[in-house]
Amino acid sequence: MAIKAQLFITCLAEQFFPDVLKRMVGLLERLGVDVAFPEEQTCCGQPFFNTGCRAQARDVAARWLRVFGGTDGFIVSPSGSCVDMVRHHYPELFPPGSAEHRLAAEVASRTFELTQFLVNQLRVTDVGARFPAKVAYHASCHLLRGLKAREEPKALLRAVKGLELVPLPGEETCCGFGGAFSVIYPEVSRAMMEAKVRSIASSGAEVVAIGDAGCIMNIAGGLRRAGSPVRAVHLIEVLTS
Amino acid sequence: MRQAPNAIDFRVNSQRVPPGMPAAVQKATAKFLGNRAAVVEALGDGTWQALRQAGHDIRLHAIRHLDHYLEQAERAVAAAGGQVHWARDAAQARSILLDIAARNGVALAVKAKSMATEEIGLNHALQGAGIRVLETDLGEYIVQLKGVGPAHIVVPAFHLSKEEIASLFREKLGVEAPAEAEKLTEIARARLREEFLSAGLGISGGNFLVAETGTIVTVTNEGNGRMCTTVPPVHVAVVGIDKVVPDWESLTVLLKLLARSATGQKLSCYTQFITGPPRSRGETGPREMHLILLDNGRSSILETPECRETLLCIRCGACLNVCPVYNHVGGYAYGYPISGPTGAIFAGQILGPAVAGSLPFASTLCGACDDICPVKVPITRILLHLRQRVVEGDEAHPATAPLSLRLGARMGAAALRSTALYRLASALLKRLQAPFARGGWMARLPAPLSRWTLSRPFPAFGADFRRWWRDRPGGAGKEGRNAPGA
Repeated sequence: MAIKAQLFITCLAEQFFPDVLKRMVGLLERLGVDVAFPEEQTCCGQPFFNTGCRAQARDVAARWLRVFGGTDGFIVSPSGSCVDMVRHHYPELFPPGSAEHRLAAEVASRTFELTQFLVNQLRVTDVGARFPAKVAYHASCHLLRGLKAREEPKALLRAVKGLELVPLPGEETCCGFGGAFSVIYPEVSRAMMEAKVRSIASSGAEVVAIGDAGCIMNIAGGLRRAGSPVRAVHLIEVLTS
Repeated sequence: MRQAPNAIDFRVNSQRVPPGMPAAVQKATAKFLGNRAAVVEALGDGTWQALRQAGHDIRLHAIRHLDHYLEQAERAVAAAGGQVHWARDAAQARSILLDIAARNGVALAVKAKSMATEEIGLNHALQGAGIRVLETDLGEYIVQLKGVGPAHIVVPAFHLSKEEIASLFREKLGVEAPAEAEKLTEIARARLREEFLSAGLGISGGNFLVAETGTIVTVTNEGNGRMCTTVPPVHVAVVGIDKVVPDWESLTVLLKLLARSATGQKLSCYTQFITGPPRSRGETGPREMHLILLDNGRSSILETPECRETLLCIRCGACLNVCPVYNHVGGYAYGYPISGPTGAIFAGQILGPAVAGSLPFASTLCGACDDICPVKVPITRILLHLRQRVVEGDEAHPATAPLSLRLGARMGAAALRSTALYRLASALLKRLQAPFARGGWMARLPAPLSRWTLSRPFPAFGADFRRWWRDRPGGAGKEGRNAPGA
């Protein structure tokens, strides 16, 4: 029986990077995964949770749990931070012993970020992509430290034909996005973003591959404002080329 | 926004950071982090993680049984001939210290490096009482000359270059000062030596307080700390109640973690153990030794289970060094002597949300602090809890976030609770953006997103996945099964 994956598309990817989602569907199907899309989904509630709006986070999370709780198979998402929210923060939102807490724990156990799903669940690193370019990898914070995905994204990139993975100085340093942080403290966010843009420029990469939509918005925008020729893309774009 | 008049405005402070500061901070923190990484690697990750867990467990045990260990420490200090004082808050701690100084007719006090005395604003109080007070830690000596506080909890003047320090010495001390580290240290040492001999009072903090023997432990890299605690006739140590550890076995674990995390040393140059004043004619040292146990809001931190682990901190500064926000602003932006991630959670609580509500938001939640902390303080989790306290308030703290934020959150959540509303909003956004969008980007947007477009364009809204999914062959038939009522 084919492995089933419920797409958890995330609101940021839906609004700003719909092509990444289409490519993700193609990639999963090529690998023999039976892909489904629960259309009632909206947002996981992370923006509320991270800004201290716990009541709203709980509301939106409860709804997300109702949508995905009724599905079967894996739940797969192109975002480390949204998966981190579901895996690690949902269980904190509901009192232990409550129905939602039990549901959160059950759903968390089958929710995966795409690179970890590919490498650790499907046991695939070579997805048959070809991308002849110098590529740097920026480690998104919640993917790296929340989900501990230090190696999976790079293993996938290394297996891409023609791709030269160049080291990025400060690969694991935050780009300064931080959700609401970027508008609460725009000057500090900017300084962090500009440092990231400088390190990308110094790496000699033509493309910087990233695993989270927020970081792409921030870094791609920063590169554009700086007039840099380097493209910031979701690593799914590289894996489906 | 319900904010106190003395509220810390992190944004305003972050805009006042001197232009050279971030680069100087980053250069210094990179060195400390490099040294730290080398000693941790030498130990091996497995051993290091086991040490961290042991350190966490020891500290957690100590603060869970704080009353027991503090009473034990009090008895042991008294038995060793020391005098113990309890200070509920900063004002009480200052007044205890001023009483001791007055009783002993002190005209000059020398100080070892201490964050607890920074916390209670001691220097100001001593000066107000006509007592000259001199910082003797080289870094503290420099920032005191400059008339500012510490920019880092371990290395207070690390952001200043040799040239800046030399010109400060020339200006304030009226001496010829070359921009060479050794020469500058010599100048400071010569000045300080005379002062140690004439001081009537030596003041220190304490990195740890060992309950079983009543021993105050200080960890330093300069000999000045010993001079402060041994040469003047009276020694007063101001120690937070959170610094207590059960016994010497616990202490060894924490000392291993502290020096490695702070400066990348296996052990600091001086680790001093003070168990009361001299007890026989043969011993030298102060004739009086006082310990001021400082609460100043710590016991209220203990009352909130989600935040309790704030008190595990051993003030090593590693979270400052690794924090990307701290690295771009330095310590002063936090408006409090204890800065960086650990300062944000500490000050965020002891000053309360009305004063320090901006600090829990001074983080991207990147989690680097959680990973480096030698005693595993869950800093990000506590930041999140304190953000909730600002926005929603709790039994002890009214909400202080602007009403607009809370209303915005309610409206946003309402839209996200309904797929129809969410889809309507995303269609509307695609239309509304038309005047702003060019080539997939929006260069300038109205408030509040103007704060984003100040630094980079905002990507254009382009949601079309749902239609693509429905329109593709067999797409609609592959819809995920949803729970009823979703």
